Order: sequence, then structure tokens, then C-alpha cells
Amino acid sequence: MKRIAAWLKKQNKYLLVGLIMTGLAVALGLLSLVWTPYSPTAMSSAERFHAPSFRHLFGTDNFGRDIFSRVMQGIGTTVTVSTAIVIISAGAGILVGAVTGYFGGILDEAIMRITDAVNSFPSILLALVVISIMGSGKQNVILSLGIVFAPSYVRIVRSEFIRLRDADYIMRARLMGVSKWRILFVHILPNIFSVFWVSVTIGFNNAILAESGMSYLGVGVQPPDASLGKMLSDAQGYLGRAPWYALAPGLTIVWIVLGFSLLSEGIRRGAISGKREVE
Amino acid sequence: MKYLVKKLATLILTLFLVSVLAFLAFQIIPGDVVTSILGTEATPEQAQQLREELGLNKPPLVRYISWAGNVLKGNFGNSYRYSKNMNQMMPVSELIGDKLPVTLSLAFLSMIFIAVIAIPLGVFWARSKNRVLDVILNVGTQTAMAVPSFFLGVLVTYFFGILLRWFSPGRYVSYEKDFWGFVGYLIFPAISVAIPKIAMTARFLRNSMLTEMHADYVRTAYSKGATERQVAYGHVLRNAMMPVVTFLGMIIAEIVAGSIVVEQVFGLPGIGKLLISSISTRDFPVVEILILYITFVVIVVYFLVDVLYRVIDPRISTK
Repeated sequence: MKRIAAWLKKQNKYLLVGLIMTGLAVALGLLSLVWTPYSPTAMSSAERFHAPSFRHLFGTDNFGRDIFSRVMQGIGTTVTVSTAIVIISAGAGILVGAVTGYFGGILDEAIMRITDAVNSFPSILLALVVISIMGSGKQNVILSLGIVFAPSYVRIVRSEFIRLRDADYIMRARLMGVSKWRILFVHILPNIFSVFWVSVTIGFNNAILAESGMSYLGVGVQPPDASLGKMLSDAQGYLGRAPWYALAPGLTIVWIVLGFSLLSEGIRRGAISGKREVE
Repeated sequence: MKYLVKKLATLILTLFLVSVLAFLAFQIIPGDVVTSILGTEATPEQAQQLREELGLNKPPLVRYISWAGNVLKGNFGNSYRYSKNMNQMMPVSELIGDKLPVTLSLAFLSMIFIAVIAIPLGVFWARSKNRVLDVILNVGTQTAMAVPSFFLGVLVTYFFGILLRWFSPGRYVSYEKDFWGFVGYLIFPAISVAIPKIAMTARFLRNSMLTEMHADYVRTAYSKGATERQVAYGHVLRNAMMPVVTFLGMIIAEIVAGSIVVEQVFGLPGIGKLLISSISTRDFPVVEILILYITFVVIVVYFLVDVLYRVIDPRISTK
């Protein structure tokens, strides 16, 4: 017990609280794939607008559906969609950032101009443009936000590759005749992860905010896929009668986003103190 | 000077690139505009006639040049969806015209809130030595940053509109009819846009000030007998504001985006609402112009911030 307490004290609180918050949300989202307290679509005219109680933790909506079950399902959608977005954008960011950062040249210059232009544009607007071209729906949300967020990763990965490409150990590897691709992905890539994880957690935040914003506007994930943003916009009409209907999906978004920002803060502080120990 | 010319050239180049992309993007989309306007029952002759009217029978490059030329001349083309009357199409400029002031006022008002609240808050926070207050501000700003603006809009509607009855949600007051009523209504969406950015800016200013507190000139100022207050406002704040100006410039794009989303929450008839409805009805001439317009605003603001930055801190131009 004492050892656990000592271990807890040593950990950084941001990381811990962030892990607990995101962990709980992800667990609920995953659980919703196999089980929810009630069926998220079961309507009951006798149970319309019930306030939160032990029977219905978050109350019921205008159709008498259990809001907690629907929020769980919404988290499931949000978590899977944002994970896919982060995988696409971070993956593309690593590939492009590594190549441009390491090799430099005209390609680097051109890609930097494009990322500058994309970064200066509000991300949700850009996503709306892509959506208007491709049409709404889950896959298109993933693809459009994946494209929109890729440049921010390109930037970070590129600057890390530039920092490391002239490091002594890379020079030595080059002299030993290690192939370029091996240098890129075996020698440099593992060394950028401390910085990279911070941007991945921030990326989760941006993805969740953008995804829920788009479904709030009605151009994101479409029914029957549940989504927190859509729930919030449905609930807005009943704000006076059933405020819990809007609060439940809204506070859930806040909870997840806060969790991820604490997580990124924790990783950042950990990375800094880790660096200090090495020095 | 040379720097500014170079920046200006990049500005124009970026606008050109965005215009090409905005135009091309809507050329490659699946689905024929003509069928979507006329419906599937139109005769081939009617379709052909409309195609010629819209200039769709010419190659893309020709169409881009004529489109861009018209835009430069201030002719933004016609909407596919809205029409003035049976025989006349609705020009995009008329469609956008009365909606622009709404969005711009909202963004401007939010910006004022951010500057007026975040800067004193950041200074106060940096100077306070109270541990409890520090924790409260830390948790508070961290939480405020996690609230999406549309949810904040819903919260503001509930709190100020339904509980306190300070305004009636959904009862938008037109600025042409009653200007102060319009501003009074706009305060609430502006709060929703501003709160997360206030938290961000205050945190940023606080950290910036705390870093500056260790600078040599601060020690010098203290040793010549300046009070803590004098040092904070006369010396530290002025230097700490530098990165904050850049930061405020950088979040302008987000404020514009935030305004567009928040318009939807409060039922404001701004360009955000128009953009969303044009996207869902695939009214591409309107979407193209709106994209170009928003990019234009954002890029020009960046440019101005850059210039302003050089005016505030002459050290930069000597580098």
C-alpha cells in the first residue's frame, strides 16, 4: 500500500488524471459496442423527458430514449472516428515530414508553403469544404479531417527530423553505410516520439472537437450512427424543458477533451523532466 | 521594407493558390450541376441551354480565368439556388452583402472581449502569489479551453436566456432596425466564442510574464528602486505582450471559424449560416466566394499582425 502511495506521489498528476478521464471515456465507448443499459433506440412514450435518476442516469429525451445509453454510443462513434482521423493524419505527417525534413530541397519548400496555407485556414472550415465536395457521412468525415490535420503533424515531424539529421550518431550511421530509409525510420523516428505523442494527444482533441462540431452543424456523422454533436443540436430545442438532454452530450465532450489535454500536458512535462535527467 | 514586399507577394500568391483550389475542387465533384438544378425530367435541349448560360461547356482553364477576372472586377457570379424572381438569378454579392456585417461584428466583439478580459486576468494571475487562486485559475482555464464553442453557446443560451431571461434565444434583432438591440443580442454569442480563447490567452500571457520576470532588466529595475507594480506594468508587461500579440493574431482564424459555428447556435443570419446551407444544397458559386472571402480576411489579418509586430518591437526588423 505504502509503495503504491509513494508511486502515485512520484507520478505526474496531469498524466494520471488525464489517463483516468480518457480511460473511462474510451472504456464506456468500447463497452457500448457490446452492451448498453437500455437499447439506445428504444422509445417509450410513458418515459418522455424524465430527469436524471438511478433508473436513467442521464434522464430520457423527447422520445423517452435513455440518454446515458445514447451518450455511450456517441462516445463509441467519437472515439473510433477520432482514432481513425489521428491514424490517417499522423501517419501521413510522419511520412511527409520525415522525407521533407531529412532531404530538404524544392519538395520541402513546396510542401511547407502548402502546409502554411492549410494551417492558416480555420480547420473546421477546411473540413466543411472537403465535406461539401465529397458529401457527408462517417467515412468522409474521417477522410476530410484526416487530410485537414495532416499538415500540423508534418510541421512537427519535419522540424524534429531537421534537428536530428545532422546529429553525430546519424553522421556515424551514414558513414557506416546504413541505407537512407533505415536512418529515417529506425535511427531517427524512435527519437522523436516524446515530442510526437504530445501532438498526437492534441490531435485527438482537435479531431474530437471538429467531429462533434461538424455533426452539430449537421454535416458530419449521419444517423443511424450516434454522435454527441448531433444529440446536442437535437437537444437544443428542448433546453427549457429538459436541460439535462443537452448537458449530457455537451459535458461528455468537455470530459473527453479535458482528459486528452491533461494527458498531453502530462506527457509534455514528463518529456521535459526526462530530458533534464539525461542532461 | 524588403521584408514587407516579400510578405505581400506571398499573400497574393496564397490567395491565388486558394482561388485555384477553390475553383478546381468544385469542378471535380461527382454529379452534374445542371441535372441538380433542372431535375431529371429536363429535356436535353434545356440542359444544353442552361449549360451554355452557366458557361459550363467551356474548358476549365477558360472558366477559371473568366471567373477569377469577374471576381477581381467585383462580379461574384450568381447563386444556383436562390433567385430574385422567376427570371432573374440571385447575384452572390447580394446574398453575402447583408450577412457579412453580422459575422464580422460577432468576430470583432469577441476579439474585444478577449483583449479586455484576458490581458488583465493574465497579469493578475502572473502577479498573484496565492496558491489556492493559482490552482483555481489553472483548473478553470484548463476546463474552459476544453469546452467547444457550440456547447458554450448552448450553455449561455440556457443560463442567460432561459434561467435569467436576459435575452430571448432565437429572437435575432437586425442591425438595420435597431443597432443597440443587435449589439445586445450579439453579446451572448460573442461570450461563447470568447471564453475558451480568453482562457488560452490568459494562460499564455501569464507564462510569458513569468518567463520575463527572470530577465536581467527586471533585476535592474528593482535595484533602481522601482516598486513591484511599476516593474510588472512598466517593464514586464510590455515585453511579455510581444508573443501575446502574435498569439492573438494567430487565433483570429479560429475566432472567425468559431463565429461561424456559434451563429448556428444563436440563429444569427451571418455568412456561417449561409455557408452551411450552401454546402448542404451544393450551391457552389456561393461556397467558392465564401471560401475565398474568409481566406482573404484571415490572410490580411495575419499580414497586419506581422506589420504591427514590427512597429511594436523595432528589434525584429534589424534581424
